[in-house]
Amino acid sequence: MDLSAINPAVLVASLMMAAVPIILAAIGELVVEKSGVLNLGVEGMMIIGAVCGFVVAVKTGSPFVGFLGGAAGGAGLSLIFALLTQVLLANQVATGLALTLFGLGLSSLLGQGFNGIKPPATGKVPMGPLADIPGVGPVLFQHNLGVYLSIAVIAAVWWGLKYSRMGLILRAVGENHDAAHALGYKVVRIRIAAILFGGAMAGLGGAYISLVRVPQWTDGITAGAGWIALAIVVFASWRPWRVLIGAYLFGGITVLQLNLQVANVPIPVEYLSMAPYLITILVLVIMSSGRGRAAAAPAALGQNFHASR
Amino acid sequence: MNDAQKPALLAVQGVTKAYPGVVANSDVSFSIREGEVHALLGENGAGKSTLVKMIYGLVQPDAGAMELRGVPYAPADPRAARAAGVGMVFQHFSLFEALNVAENVALGMENPPKLRALAQAIRDVSTEYGLPLDPGRMVGDLSAGERQRVEIIRCLLQSPKLLIMDEPTSVLTPQEVEILFKTLRQLAAEGTAILYISHKLEEIRSLCDEATILRRGKVVDTCTPREKTARELAEMMVGAVLTPPARSGGAKGAVALQVAGLSVDSPIPFGTSLKDISFAVRRGEVLGIAGVAGNGQDELLLALSGEVRTARDAVQIDGVGIGDQGPNERRRAGLVAAPEERLGHAAAPDMTLVENALLSGAVRQGLVRRGFIDWAAAKGFAQTIVRDFDVRTPSTGVAARALSGGNLQKFVIGRELSQSPGVIVINQPTWGVDASAAAAIRQAILDRAAAGAAVVCISQDLDELLEIADNFAALNEGRLSAQRPVQGLSIEEIGLMMGGAHGMEVAHHGP
Repeated sequence: MDLSAINPAVLVASLMMAAVPIILAAIGELVVEKSGVLNLGVEGMMIIGAVCGFVVAVKTGSPFVGFLGGAAGGAGLSLIFALLTQVLLANQVATGLALTLFGLGLSSLLGQGFNGIKPPATGKVPMGPLADIPGVGPVLFQHNLGVYLSIAVIAAVWWGLKYSRMGLILRAVGENHDAAHALGYKVVRIRIAAILFGGAMAGLGGAYISLVRVPQWTDGITAGAGWIALAIVVFASWRPWRVLIGAYLFGGITVLQLNLQVANVPIPVEYLSMAPYLITILVLVIMSSGRGRAAAAPAALGQNFHASR
Repeated sequence: MNDAQKPALLAVQGVTKAYPGVVANSDVSFSIREGEVHALLGENGAGKSTLVKMIYGLVQPDAGAMELRGVPYAPADPRAARAAGVGMVFQHFSLFEALNVAENVALGMENPPKLRALAQAIRDVSTEYGLPLDPGRMVGDLSAGERQRVEIIRCLLQSPKLLIMDEPTSVLTPQEVEILFKTLRQLAAEGTAILYISHKLEEIRSLCDEATILRRGKVVDTCTPREKTARELAEMMVGAVLTPPARSGGAKGAVALQVAGLSVDSPIPFGTSLKDISFAVRRGEVLGIAGVAGNGQDELLLALSGEVRTARDAVQIDGVGIGDQGPNERRRAGLVAAPEERLGHAAAPDMTLVENALLSGAVRQGLVRRGFIDWAAAKGFAQTIVRDFDVRTPSTGVAARALSGGNLQKFVIGRELSQSPGVIVINQPTWGVDASAAAAIRQAILDRAAAGAAVVCISQDLDELLEIADNFAALNEGRLSAQRPVQGLSIEEIGLMMGGAHGMEVAHHGP
């Protein structure tokens, strides 16, 4: 056992990277659920984003265009969900699960012939002298765009939900769609927009996995990240900053347990592998328990809306 | 200035709206002058709601036209209506419980100021009209009366020319109603027209200048409410002569239901916990429990029906503690309960009437034998209910949700009353039911009491309680007042038992 090989600075830097896909997917899903829609298809939208991003990046040679492709792919898949649940009033849980199965299958088809190829590299954001600060530099200022983007999105969603009129309307729709409709807000339109945003964010997260984190294409590359994102949204009590904490916790323990495996810690590998899932959910459950109504879900979550009378 | 000389504010001409299978409004015409308080009268389903929804832009008419101040008025959505100076206070479903007062108000405005400025405006306007409100509180924590203030303030902040109020007093104590009326008269004196919908005829007589009466979507009459008695107004609405239920002054028996020191935490989000409730009901007696919505009525029903369990001796039937037992054990002991919510609580919406009859009648009617359902007996039971309670349905095989509200209410009440119970607990027996069906339900309850059942009737309709109850008590913030005999009780005293005016004050806004 050799724990001295684990460098804390590298650990923190890599956990920030590892958490990006989950943050992006989770914050997208948070917005969707705040509007009162439960989209369980996050995993499917992520993997479609992963394959679309990969294919577009390889074809164009630009990782930036690749990310756009991933976001478009995720949003495209979520549009199917939006049509089924918001227009045709299909059951949201069943549609979401079907979306995941469909996404997994479709991604496998689209990815044919792209196995084993390396995508164009995504560069780090040049931070100039900041990157050379000892200690802080490698932790905070040597990342690629995705890491900064994920934090910025969390901050933007937090601000938007709390202070902007758009956020207020979105929360109102998720809280009581009948009342929102009675006041003249377009419930279905607002929800479709939220679903598309959620799809785009999940797609972006997926593209980050195939273009930066792994980086290559294999079937089932997202490996359950979408499900973890869903769980994080719930256990974070629908609060943006808690999503960040949850995702970093999960990313941190994932990276740590890999390091521990390398360091030959005498704990069976199986336990180490399950640790991130167990600990993240445990911590978030404790955080979200005992707060009564404040921690509760949007009141109209998962209910279809149909303007009657 | 004489009222008749004031210019017409809103004129509705020949408005018609049809839905598949039903004409909600047929060639409806009426007009409101500035500063007039105008009542819309009619039974449930007479088309009042559809009519005001068209004026507020929620629904577009199929035919006909409206004019606001002589200009054609056809709002495409509520925002257009608000922009034109029309505000609406809804009966329910227009507030967001998890948002605070200021946010709720902002959602009902076109261009709300920044939240801080809005909060100040809410404080100013609310004290000006004697309806104090704290803009930072969560709406879910407010009482029903306070919630209504939020709706009214939301309208007042936009200085409407026409204010539509849909059943605004159903959730208020008599004192709160008086203060609301002072505010409304103040507004009318300032030139705001008010379109007022209510079932409470005495209120309409004291408040409204003119009334338009709707029956099955058509205007059947207009009148000046002050010149009519409440009874005449009711008969104009129903189109038939009404007979009040007959009560027998029979002797009361032994105590059948005893509740002692009942305290329960509310299982409902934003609910009210019950605090140390004690009362006793004798055989043949009807105890009426009044209270403004959200003061523990739902919780009391749950605790009595067995959906929420308590200490064994907190609830006793015939002297035997059953507080720790569930609904089926209590049914076996002779207690039946009918909750307020018809669809989803009293009845399973997508199941047939036979299945719904079985769900609550299985224990007392012996509809299950050795774990198997006796469908023939269940069907017979359902048919008995349909026959005895005049439930209008094509057959007992239709889903509960296919019945109209009044018919389903007759069915679920009839289902409980038909089980020869010893104790009956009912919450809002005639909520959303038209006058003739309500009279039938009240009579059936009185008949059961005359046959020796102890009845607890929880209701927000004071007239109903005064009509059927022997004793009266009020729920206020989860506490039950002392019981008083109904005879000789004045509305004033009832209001004080219900908690008085909840901190409201009379408008001190000068004209």
